[in-house]
Amino acid sequence: MSEPITPQTTPSGKMIATMVLVASICGVLIVGAFESTQAAIAENKRIMVERAVFKVLPGAASVKEYAATPAGIQPLTGAMPEGGIKFYAAYDQAGALKGIAAEAAGKGYADVVRILYGYDAQCQCIIGIGVVSMRETPGIGDKIITDKAFLKNFEALDVRVNAEMTALANAVKVVKHGSKTSPWQIDAIAGATVTSKAVGRGINDSAQKLLPLLVPHIAELKS
Amino acid sequence: MSLPNQADEGITFDTFMEGVWRQNPVFVMVLGMCPTLAVTVSAVNGLSMGVATLFVLVSSCLLVSLIRHLVPKEVRIATYIVIIATFVTLVDYLIQAASLALYEALGAFIQLIVVNCIILGRAEAHASKNPPLKAVVNALGMGVGFAIGLLALGGTREILGAGKLFGISLFGEHFQPWVVMVLPPGGFFVLGGWLLLFALFRKKPVTEGGHAHD
Repeated sequence: MSEPITPQTTPSGKMIATMVLVASICGVLIVGAFESTQAAIAENKRIMVERAVFKVLPGAASVKEYAATPAGIQPLTGAMPEGGIKFYAAYDQAGALKGIAAEAAGKGYADVVRILYGYDAQCQCIIGIGVVSMRETPGIGDKIITDKAFLKNFEALDVRVNAEMTALANAVKVVKHGSKTSPWQIDAIAGATVTSKAVGRGINDSAQKLLPLLVPHIAELKS
Repeated sequence: MSLPNQADEGITFDTFMEGVWRQNPVFVMVLGMCPTLAVTVSAVNGLSMGVATLFVLVSSCLLVSLIRHLVPKEVRIATYIVIIATFVTLVDYLIQAASLALYEALGAFIQLIVVNCIILGRAEAHASKNPPLKAVVNALGMGVGFAIGLLALGGTREILGAGKLFGISLFGEHFQPWVVMVLPPGGFFVLGGWLLLFALFRKKPVTEGGHAHD
């Protein structure tokens, strides 16, 4: 072997010292940024949830997070209990229960469509939906937030729970555009059936799980 | 092309303008295409991504320039990456604190600023060889150039694909949006258009200087 080329190498100690110095400076910067933005980020997240809930439950003025478990319902503080489903209880100015909001998700055309729906305890129906996140095709799938005829489905979508409190009396179902006959059916948007179905399936999955746990205890929320 | 030896020159207007015009990262160097094509579906997204990159670029070039005599050449790339990653983390928190909607719109591309070759390129090619003020001015020019590029793309795509600019409707109710422009292929169409336009503009000064070659 020929003589290895050795340009003046830096001793390892100096390299390590430099990296330690740079990493320390960077560490301090990151911790500083984290500490100073944490409060604002938490506040932003709270406002975002509140705004989404107020949108699906018009007239609501405050929101509390709850968890529904087979054992009953409880305010959500810290970690989610095992088998729990998160929902939001919304109250009006006077402190009376305005409705329940919960998240639903269904596989759409491009990605999972996540929505929030508002549930009214009196009529046992869904009274509004809002999109949390989606990547559906602009101009086609994203009609689920603009199409007035489609949104009309969610002014009083029937989600009554059956007498045994085990499931919905009638599963929420998406039907072909123009063929809606029952209050638990959703009339799909013509040309955006996949996204419409994602919304319907998401609501059905979520309501089938959440409402049987929630409805027997709904009186506990009315304070 | 023979670049003047930058280390010997002082700060001139050209130190700043280099990135904005002569070596614009988007339109001339065609660097950082990943965020350029992916996030520019609207003017706001393009501008925000540009500003976020500008911040990371300027801050990391400043720090790299400050410690340029300290860092052994064997570990310089590792050092630059640590510095750039730090400022990207900072930007990540700042955007979340400013607007969660924007944070979701930009998605993973904020974290991916770390691997944006414009930033590592500037750190290695300019900031590590120049005093702090000059490095910052040059980085500022590059960042502004990148932001302008993203804003131009985002604006064009939003106008054509949604009939809006900064969320304000331009053509009224009956405008049929050219949806493909806000989809991934539209990114390439619009970028191609801008590159063509920029190439036409740049042609003249090059010919005058006697370097009329492609």
